[in-house]
Amino acid sequence: MISPEAKAEIEHWLKKFPPEQRQSAVIPALKAVQKDNGWLSREMMDSVAAYLGMSPIAVYEVASFYTLFDTSPVGRHKIAVCTNISCMLRNCDDIVQHLKKRLGIDWGQTTPDGRFTLQEVECLAACGGAPAMQIAGDCHENLTLKKVDAILDALE
Amino acid sequence: MLINQVCLRTLNLDQPWSLESYQSVGGYSVWRRILAEKVTPEAILAELKLSSLRGRGGAGFPTGLKWSFISRNSPGQKYVLCNADEGEPGTFKDRDILRFNPHQVIEGMIIAAYVMNASVGYNYVRGEFSESFKRVEHALQETRELGLIGKNILGSGFDFELHNLAGAGAYICGEETALMESIEGKKALPRFKPPFPANFGIYGRPTTINNVETFASVPVILQHGGRWFLDMGTANNGGTKVFSVSGHVNKPGNYEVPLGTPFKTLLELAGGMLNGDKLKAVIPGGSSVPILPANIIMDTNMDYDSLSKAGSMLGAGSVIVIGEKTCLVKVLARISHFYYEESCGQCTPCREGTGWLARVLARIVAGEGKIADLDLLVSVAGKIAGRTICALGDAAAMPVQSFLKHFRDEFEYHIIHQRSKVTA
Repeated sequence: MISPEAKAEIEHWLKKFPPEQRQSAVIPALKAVQKDNGWLSREMMDSVAAYLGMSPIAVYEVASFYTLFDTSPVGRHKIAVCTNISCMLRNCDDIVQHLKKRLGIDWGQTTPDGRFTLQEVECLAACGGAPAMQIAGDCHENLTLKKVDAILDALE
Repeated sequence: MLINQVCLRTLNLDQPWSLESYQSVGGYSVWRRILAEKVTPEAILAELKLSSLRGRGGAGFPTGLKWSFISRNSPGQKYVLCNADEGEPGTFKDRDILRFNPHQVIEGMIIAAYVMNASVGYNYVRGEFSESFKRVEHALQETRELGLIGKNILGSGFDFELHNLAGAGAYICGEETALMESIEGKKALPRFKPPFPANFGIYGRPTTINNVETFASVPVILQHGGRWFLDMGTANNGGTKVFSVSGHVNKPGNYEVPLGTPFKTLLELAGGMLNGDKLKAVIPGGSSVPILPANIIMDTNMDYDSLSKAGSMLGAGSVIVIGEKTCLVKVLARISHFYYEESCGQCTPCREGTGWLARVLARIVAGEGKIADLDLLVSVAGKIAGRTICALGDAAAMPVQSFLKHFRDEFEYHIIHQRSKVTA
């Protein structure tokens, strides 16, 4: 169930912790399997539990606690838009409206072609470049409607 | 005024994050000198105490004192931990210190490990900070190649291994014991204290945890002396502080200035008010600290004691500048929504109370509020504050109490007229 690449990734992280603390690698392990599949199915979480010697419930708890994990299918690109105070002061509402209109979806939804999921997120610590959004680890700052369009056009 | 002298001292160099840039300003000279001259941990602690460095993550606890809580001769594994899980709305300094000066954080952690005789350290980087994580990862590789971390460092007999970790999205991990739970592979629920981390930290072992900016200040303090650092600031508020300025200013960004710098000066550095608007209010230390109206903040200096006297807090130095055309009802509703989203759910007053605050404020914004809601908000906030395991409950309560203290008329107008006093 866990791909050889994901296993290698998990082993890399396990080296950072004392040998008897395998559970410490659960966050990077879930990231590794999520990267393979796009989201975390119950079977995948069970595989992680078995691999790290954890009870499945302890893995579900972690997967549902942290926001970077998806326990249901999402689009190929997750667009995470900050709407917190500093972005709000710099008119993130305009960016949000534009994104919802262009994609034809609301918060938490995925476009019918499976390309984009739109997420409202909390402060990305990019307040100096507000308004800001994040896609696959890349933080895009000082957003304008034009800039947003260019970023989305470049994504498959 | 000289800016960016400590944590951001490489910022004006080409590739500020490179080993070459860091070494050109004296980077790793302190660590090499400590090993070569066998500087004692006591001497290092004395310099830190003299510098009056206080924790830069928000609590402001004296660093030298914190480091002296762990007995270096106690048996067994000890840990040094860097809290790089920056998430307080309005705060963006640690992300930049890690991106632009990763080596200095590493050197600060190495020195902490030496003082406490800890052989393992973790840098817990917020999950969203992929660029910061990569910079630290690369810097660690370089430090290892120089032999400045690892086994038997430069033949000293001292071992220290430093690992870079990444979170997965949870504001509460910024709470130090929640962060430890997260490293142990669990939901990040803050622990009841005591016992404190100095006695019972990661895996139940003695642990010292500090903020990124705190660690990054240490090598510079030891390079130039505690007195040098202290004299840049004011008594009991030694040194410089990185202020993250955001909101309605022309040049938002990080500005590292001496503690005690007048707010007016900081505002000028940040290019003044956007569109020449009038200043309405400032949240001076991140979304959780009390808001201050323009007339108060314009006469206040940016340091722990002055801001406390003015009725707010320095917090993480996250200065959110708010212009006159802003609806503060909407701002408070957004802040309360944040704490509702991020409450871990462990303590009933916070789990339930943050939801009450967020829902009542949302209905006021929507024009469905009642005047009695204002007393209800203050009452709910008062029932959260001081009744929870960690400070998130207080963080949710303080904005509500302070917005209503200073701007109650704006809330009343919004309820009576069912629209904003400002943006209508």
